[in-house]
Amino acid sequence: MSEHIVPKKTYYTIFSALLVCTALTVVFAFINLGNFNIVAALAIAAIKATLVILFFMHVKYSSRLTKLWVAVGFIWLFVMLAITMTDYLSRAWLVYQP
Amino acid sequence: MALIDTETAPERVKLHAEHHAHLAHHFESMEQQREAGTLGMWWFLLTEIMFFGGMMLAYTVYRHMYFDAFAKGSDVLSIWWGTFNTAVLIGSSLTMALAVFHAQLGNQKKVVMFLLFTIILGCVFLRVKYIEYSDKFTEHVFPAGDYRWPIVHEADRPNNPGDLLMMLVGIEPLNGSVDAQHEAFPEKVTTKYAESKAYYGVDGAIPENAQDSGFGGHVRMFFWLYFAMTGFHALHMIIGIGLLLLLMWRTRRGDFSREYHSYIELTGLYWHFVDIVWIFLFPLLYLVDRHL
Repeated sequence: MSEHIVPKKTYYTIFSALLVCTALTVVFAFINLGNFNIVAALAIAAIKATLVILFFMHVKYSSRLTKLWVAVGFIWLFVMLAITMTDYLSRAWLVYQP
Repeated sequence: MALIDTETAPERVKLHAEHHAHLAHHFESMEQQREAGTLGMWWFLLTEIMFFGGMMLAYTVYRHMYFDAFAKGSDVLSIWWGTFNTAVLIGSSLTMALAVFHAQLGNQKKVVMFLLFTIILGCVFLRVKYIEYSDKFTEHVFPAGDYRWPIVHEADRPNNPGDLLMMLVGIEPLNGSVDAQHEAFPEKVTTKYAESKAYYGVDGAIPENAQDSGFGGHVRMFFWLYFAMTGFHALHMIIGIGLLLLLMWRTRRGDFSREYHSYIELTGLYWHFVDIVWIFLFPLLYLVDRHL
């Protein structure tokens, strides 16, 4: 079997990193960063999700086909959000034209 | 002693004896079988991404349209419960990862132990969700609820770790505890988005009859999404706990080995995915606009 076994230490390291990120995101939520509050919150969430996917879900040690598969899933989600929001965000521009 | 007499057995049986007992015939090797299983599970998880993605999209659009209402709706949720549950779920992901780790090494007793830890942490999460949901029902803050405006906080919310632990086991916190900062709802909306929305009135005042329209209705939309997203997440947790119980039973029965433990590994992928969904729900529902 050529199954990659991740050492136990890695799991504990990732677990600690996830807890630190959780604390950070709560702290950042109470600081007024204006429009960047949501950016900070989502950036930290993305980092946490990446850590879980790469290490807990073993994607870092998986085949390139699996990696492609995972990436494609998130790319389609991004496409769905991005294209919908280009519509909603630009509607106001038409209404307030002089 | 060989189980099959290779001299006299028919060709079909001899071939069967040569490969691992758990290798299905349409796969070349155990490795290919495992790889196909992982890919198949990820395929399912991609449909799950789109399932929750649809609700995330609805959230994004409505938060853009009803910015202030979402900020005030988010304020009603308890940040203590949210943070605690995030930590619990991350912990359950760790124990799940360790269960898979021991499955890979073939330590069946430790697999059962860590599966049990994962189930316990999953139940703690659902217990907190139960407390939060009952609070919302007490205050009539649910999609079809006739909640009064502004929302009156009747249910206790934890203000410190001590309160939190007491409430977790069903004891009323000592100092009475309704979170002061949540008691008063704003009479005016002050953010820059308010000016562009007609129903706030000229000076951004929230109309008194806002119960079912305007601002009140938009807060209702926030809670509709809150219940839909966390409800489906909780449903996934319940299904996950069911799968883990099944795995515990099968591991004790001796179904898995060093070579064959795909079920544990793939259920692990599912469990971690549910964790990832919560990693995004937590900031979106509990944290954004706390600074306002």
